Amino acid sequence: MESNRRSFLKISGICALGLGALPVVDVLATSGQPQFLPNQKALVGKKWAMVVDMKKCWEKGKEGCKECLLACHRVHNVPDIGNIKEEIKWIWTEPYADAFPGQENEYNAANIKGRPFIVLCNHCTNPPCVRVCPTKATFKREDGIVMMDMHRCIGCRFCMAGCPYGSRSFNFRDPAPYIKEDELNKDYPRRERGVVEKCTFCTERLAEGKIPACVEACKCGALCFGDLEDPNSAVRKLLASHYTIQRKPELGTGPNVYYIV
Amino acid sequence: MRMYNAKQIIPGLIIFLGFVTLPFWYNLGRATPAPDPKIDTPVIQKMAKKQCVLPKAEMRTGHMQLLNDWRTEVVRNGKRIYVATDGIKYNMSLQNECMRCHSNKTQFCDQCHNYAGLYHETEPYCWTCHIAPKENK
Repeated sequence: MESNRRSFLKISGICALGLGALPVVDVLATSGQPQFLPNQKALVGKKWAMVVDMKKCWEKGKEGCKECLLACHRVHNVPDIGNIKEEIKWIWTEPYADAFPGQENEYNAANIKGRPFIVLCNHCTNPPCVRVCPTKATFKREDGIVMMDMHRCIGCRFCMAGCPYGSRSFNFRDPAPYIKEDELNKDYPRRERGVVEKCTFCTERLAEGKIPACVEACKCGALCFGDLEDPNSAVRKLLASHYTIQRKPELGTGPNVYYIV
Repeated sequence: MRMYNAKQIIPGLIIFLGFVTLPFWYNLGRATPAPDPKIDTPVIQKMAKKQCVLPKAEMRTGHMQLLNDWRTEVVRNGKRIYVATDGIKYNMSLQNECMRCHSNKTQFCDQCHNYAGLYHETEPYCWTCHIAPKENK
């Protein structure tokens, strides 16, 4: 066939039309298929974060109040092994020197001595646990939450070595016998022996439009949850009006849990 | 052609064949009853149109694929609503949605899994973490 400019342009035109029709074909092909949609009621954010107001916690809360801890562990079926070495924890308390090492001095130690600091997963901007996970069982969601896919966890515990905050717990044994039958939340799974678990900022509750269980449980409003990218969010307002500290910021992990001390 | 040592070899072969086929002889006349998964739960009985998320045949052959896709969408992509081809919306959750209707795990799941040699709570290991509904046995 002799090729000339005219026939070349004709063929190009037909090809361009064909390519243009591709998206239409795609839409038609998927119209009969099942679809996956996010929940309409879900809370959406770009960078979820928490501000923990320890002053409020100590001043308004009762001595030894553990409402937030208990609420979280009850909602997520976290077992109470009763053995510090095999302890499973999503949110817990640490003394100042352990939560903020290197930031203490002998004089400030007096007013915060023996005071419990609420600590949890920092949902880091640059999470080391995600970087070291060989199976991508732990990953960073688009809204900033460092999430676990228990189905993919092989229990290698690299993430536990990677996390500088001790936010991750390993199931050395089957946790089922250590969860009280009457406290079992039947809407949420347990974990099995050989997987690592941690706080997920209550992704399952956010998907239903609820705030995290610990925030909901705190009666003195010491915990505040919100979107860092939203300038009108409650966390941004707290951060703008208070001096806050983070845990081990010098490590470059970009922790997203802030503390008012 | 001449066979050497036929006196030993032929009985030996017969004994060998007998051993190899022993499982067949052993199970002869003791057929395991075919699985009969039951769907007579209270929730399903109340349904006007007894319809799962996909047609029965597709669910029978592809439920494992469906569950895996659901896991990916929920855990990794954060999408929790499944819109079936007939437009009905489902909450993608084994523990909260599948088992809401199929609340008879032993009569529904285990029937086939046991028959196929996928033994209770070892394979597939759904129920080491997910909580099965209480059944009146």
